[in-house]
Amino acid sequence: MSDDLYQQALLDLAKAAHGAGVLPSPDGEALRDSPLCGDRVRMQVVLEAGCIKAIAHDVKGCLLCRAAASLVGLRGAGLNAEEANTLHEQVAATLAGSEPPPGWPELALFAPVRPHRNRHGCILLPFETLAAALDSQTRA
Amino acid sequence: MSFSAAKWRDHFPLLAAHPELHYLDNAATGQLCEAAFDAVTHHDLTHRANVLRGTYRLAEQADAAYENARRQVAAYMNAANAEEVVFTAGTTAAINLVAHAFGEGLKAGDEVVLSLAEHHSNFVPWQMLRDRCGVMLRILPLAAGGRLDLSRLGETITPRCKLVAVTHASNVTGAITDLAPVVAAAHAVGARVLADGAQAVQHGPVDVQALGVDFYAFSGHKAFGPTGVGVLWGRAEALEKLPPFLGGGGMIGRVTMEETTWALPPRRFEAGTPPIAQAIGLGAALDWLRAQPWADMNANMVRLAQRLIDGIAVLRGLTFLGPRDLKNRLPIVSFNLEGIHPHDACQVLDEYGVAVRGGHHCAQPLMEFFKVQGAVRASIAPYNDEADIDALLAGLQVAIARLR
Repeated sequence: MSDDLYQQALLDLAKAAHGAGVLPSPDGEALRDSPLCGDRVRMQVVLEAGCIKAIAHDVKGCLLCRAAASLVGLRGAGLNAEEANTLHEQVAATLAGSEPPPGWPELALFAPVRPHRNRHGCILLPFETLAAALDSQTRA
Repeated sequence: MSFSAAKWRDHFPLLAAHPELHYLDNAATGQLCEAAFDAVTHHDLTHRANVLRGTYRLAEQADAAYENARRQVAAYMNAANAEEVVFTAGTTAAINLVAHAFGEGLKAGDEVVLSLAEHHSNFVPWQMLRDRCGVMLRILPLAAGGRLDLSRLGETITPRCKLVAVTHASNVTGAITDLAPVVAAAHAVGARVLADGAQAVQHGPVDVQALGVDFYAFSGHKAFGPTGVGVLWGRAEALEKLPPFLGGGGMIGRVTMEETTWALPPRRFEAGTPPIAQAIGLGAALDWLRAQPWADMNANMVRLAQRLIDGIAVLRGLTFLGPRDLKNRLPIVSFNLEGIHPHDACQVLDEYGVAVRGGHHCAQPLMEFFKVQGAVRASIAPYNDEADIDALLAGLQVAIARLR
């Protein structure tokens, strides 16, 4: 495992920007800001039977935040609100040292960030926003 | 030039122990000078006791050390009287003190003037006051480069203005505010002036009497002193008119079941046990700073800032936040590189031993003015040298190659 925060696979994930864009008629949407650095993530979801059918995000953030959002776009389809909340907690646990949850092997790319606690929020922000987007639909 | 940055660096234990460190985050926290370190250690080893209440000798020694610190701060600021110096937890606490105590006398429709360049510490307390009692906030706009647009003072400071609260020097652009016209415009309508001096005091003694302001706030940790201590200086007649902010021990005249009377300033504003050792450390730091060759030191820092500005000027996609010239300006250099987030740049720079800050610098309205989300900021202190600047410039080249 590389200990380079900016390893090539992470740069490629950020550059791929899976799910970047806007959905014309989202069922759920959330906007979250990072108070530390001012990064901003907007996450939109279209649902089918309570599960994510499509995701779109708009990220103004660092490479770590953009890579995390891209990962959400790559792997997030099929999650329901409860699973998205659980995933947010699992990502936090992964940053604290746990193994990535099943189905999310790319989270291992963030392992070098573990000692840099002030950067954890950069990675968590897209996952938090995804959970909030699903929650907004649940409450609607 | 008699000043040597290398010799000055020897007065800072952390830097002396880490010669490989290129510390350029001085606008956030200056390193602790040994004068402050020694004073805090000496106090806690020999005179540690609570102040202003004990009758035993140890407590009297603590009283004497604490009040001596007040005199040392007063001397650094050229205050007319040491009783004009209130110890607080920092600049933020000092400004909040004024926002509450002075704000208590304001009513809906009164106006408070700020500038667009303010740190959140001189923005949010006034927004909270607005929400509490309905005062109106008026914002002095900025001119190109981020300096306060003093040509707009006349239209911004109206007869309804009660207080003008502006930065003495920006923590992002380094621009020093020419306070004289601000004071003149404010006093012409009977308003008070509060200067946020958090960035200014570590670049040489200030003269609050010459500045003409009514309140001046700063922090110890940026002035090479301890954390957890700061100062609100207030002109005696201005402080005397203010009610207390926090209630508790030490700030009273007499307490009965029916009512409480207040102590005179500065103790009226120092409820509870103050940051005694920290204040003593700050006093020692300022006493030491007062004797330094500031003209030579500032000339050296300007030279380093120019070296940095020249070095980044050739970088593609550069956004520069602040005046390009170094007149009336602190050696704080903030910039953004297109396609590279400030946090990513700072993370890579850290790998090369360069400590700089990235982000919005608690100045989001100013970031909006410059149309950026954040910036990389290098802030220079007298202990910095060419090697620090060159390490930053070399690290930036690596960051660009890796991150773009």
